Amino acid sequence: MTSSATRPKPRGARARAAIAAKTLRTDRWWLAPLITVIGLGAWITYATVRVFMHKWYWVEEYHYLTPFYSPCVTDRCIPEASHFGQYLPGWWIVPDAAFTLPFLLLFRLTCYYYRKAYYRSFWLSPPACAVPDGHASYGGETRFPLIVQNSHRYFFYFAAIISLINTWDAIAAFRSPEGFGFGLGNLILVGNVVMLWAYTISCHSCRHIIGGRLKHFSKHPVRYRAWGYVSWLNVRHMQLAWITLGTLALTDFYVMSVAAGWISDLRFIN
Amino acid sequence: MGTKRNFRIWRGDADGGELTDYAVEVNEGEVVLDVIHRLQATDAPDLACRWNCKAGKCGSCSMEINGMPKLGCMTRMSTFEEDETVTVTPLRTFPVIRDLVTDVSFNYEKARETPAFAPPADLAPGDYRMQQVDVERSQEFRKCIECFLCQNVCHVIRDHDENKPAFSGPRYFIRAAELDMHPLDAKTDRKEYAQSEQGLGFCNITKCCTEVCPEHIKITDNGIIPMKERVVDRRYDPLVWLGSKIFRRGQVPQTSVTSEHSPGAVRSNAAGGGLHSHAGGSHDPAAETQAQQGVNWHREVPHPTAPAVDASGKLPLTELTFDRAAAPSPFGDDVTFPLPPEHLNFAHPDQDQKH
Repeated sequence: MTSSATRPKPRGARARAAIAAKTLRTDRWWLAPLITVIGLGAWITYATVRVFMHKWYWVEEYHYLTPFYSPCVTDRCIPEASHFGQYLPGWWIVPDAAFTLPFLLLFRLTCYYYRKAYYRSFWLSPPACAVPDGHASYGGETRFPLIVQNSHRYFFYFAAIISLINTWDAIAAFRSPEGFGFGLGNLILVGNVVMLWAYTISCHSCRHIIGGRLKHFSKHPVRYRAWGYVSWLNVRHMQLAWITLGTLALTDFYVMSVAAGWISDLRFIN
Repeated sequence: MGTKRNFRIWRGDADGGELTDYAVEVNEGEVVLDVIHRLQATDAPDLACRWNCKAGKCGSCSMEINGMPKLGCMTRMSTFEEDETVTVTPLRTFPVIRDLVTDVSFNYEKARETPAFAPPADLAPGDYRMQQVDVERSQEFRKCIECFLCQNVCHVIRDHDENKPAFSGPRYFIRAAELDMHPLDAKTDRKEYAQSEQGLGFCNITKCCTEVCPEHIKITDNGIIPMKERVVDRRYDPLVWLGSKIFRRGQVPQTSVTSEHSPGAVRSNAAGGGLHSHAGGSHDPAAETQAQQGVNWHREVPHPTAPAVDASGKLPLTELTFDRAAAPSPFGDDVTFPLPPEHLNFAHPDQDQKH
């Protein structure tokens, strides 16, 4: 008679399976983090260059203002581009949209999707599922500084206000020297604002505030419906995060090109 | 007739082991678990593997196939190339018992530590009424088959074994979320509990738990992130704090979870002193007392009655000597159902007031 009895050892003395390979994954698990690093790295480089360029952000003829300079609040701003006044000195180190850019940066930095993206790709914690963490110890978001990620909700409130400002910019841009006007730039500005709203509203914090925090949906039918819509958008939060990076860069590049005179705006009306 | 495919399977136990090569016949429509069974029938009769339903519903055959945590019974052989070597290893996060079988008792300990459903004070069991829209969110989490793939893939404990005492894992975060979203659950401090005792703060939402879930539960988006947001409501929201100071409303009854330590900080069992207990309830003595409220372990329960014997002192076991046509009750003829509640070990907290 054969015996295959495996007598369990006392607790604590047990070891994990001795597998030498760090990961046995055979697929290209490194591709997604690599694309994230390239994508985010390229965008941050472009945005940094543009923010400190301090020119080509305003098209006087059509009132196009790039979102990277909205609202323009330093005293070096072109006065017509400062829709909400000028409050800050015009040193080159101060971004012209110094009131909004830090909050937008923090909104995206604490976003539940971007957190996943950069924890995986930049911080390698973990680079991919079932691939070992690149660090010896791990405390997650339990202590400073990462515990500050819990403030995402406040940056959501700011981002909603900033989206209103961007909406104002897009509406104010339906202008031409003759009065009302409408061109390709308007389409790009409006498309950008629509996508920014979609990204902002699809935020996980928004989903929670709108209805997720309720225990009884049946007592709040309106909020339940709103929660359903936000949930529908929320599933697409990652796509919207990347789409808005694209539309922001495209909008800025288009405004820069027109402002610098590299291209002329394609006008539909006036 | 199928083709021969190459497999590398980890063989060994806690003392060590290695990847062993096998060439096995694979037929059309088969899954990895079928191949493991064929191996047991042919080359490796002593290969240990845990399995049960072969339908992706029992959560037993969790293993790592080509490095990814998966269910053996739900991984089709057609997803691999014909000439590909398929590597099968046991779950890495838990201690190995033998071959593909691991000791997943970590998960059961964490399950015992998670406070159970707290019945509402004003409703007797049987009088619970809920609306479908209110229970939908909780129902998603009830799909969990406890395969523990999410627990296995989570890098918080997979790569950092020292976090195990302080971290309950995705499966128990959705358990906490399920009960916190439950329309009739009377416990109000599940958020604080998740943060301070389950280690919710360790999660950095890299979503691997959602990626590996064979039931496609949106663990991160629908469970963990809402729980994190609920913690923010209570702990990190200055507006809520200000509102509660000004209007004196929404005062959180700081009942059971009172953690002086930083949220979710790493603690060893020893450092936890008398607080940490695997015996059930939570780490907190007050919470444990509360959790045990419904259970009266010292209730006097009548001893089971001895079976009735006939005149000759024997059990009336044959059809000829038995006094009726059907089989006797396995509980004894003198037991009638339902049993009187005072004969049960479990008692609803309100029961003693009513009787």
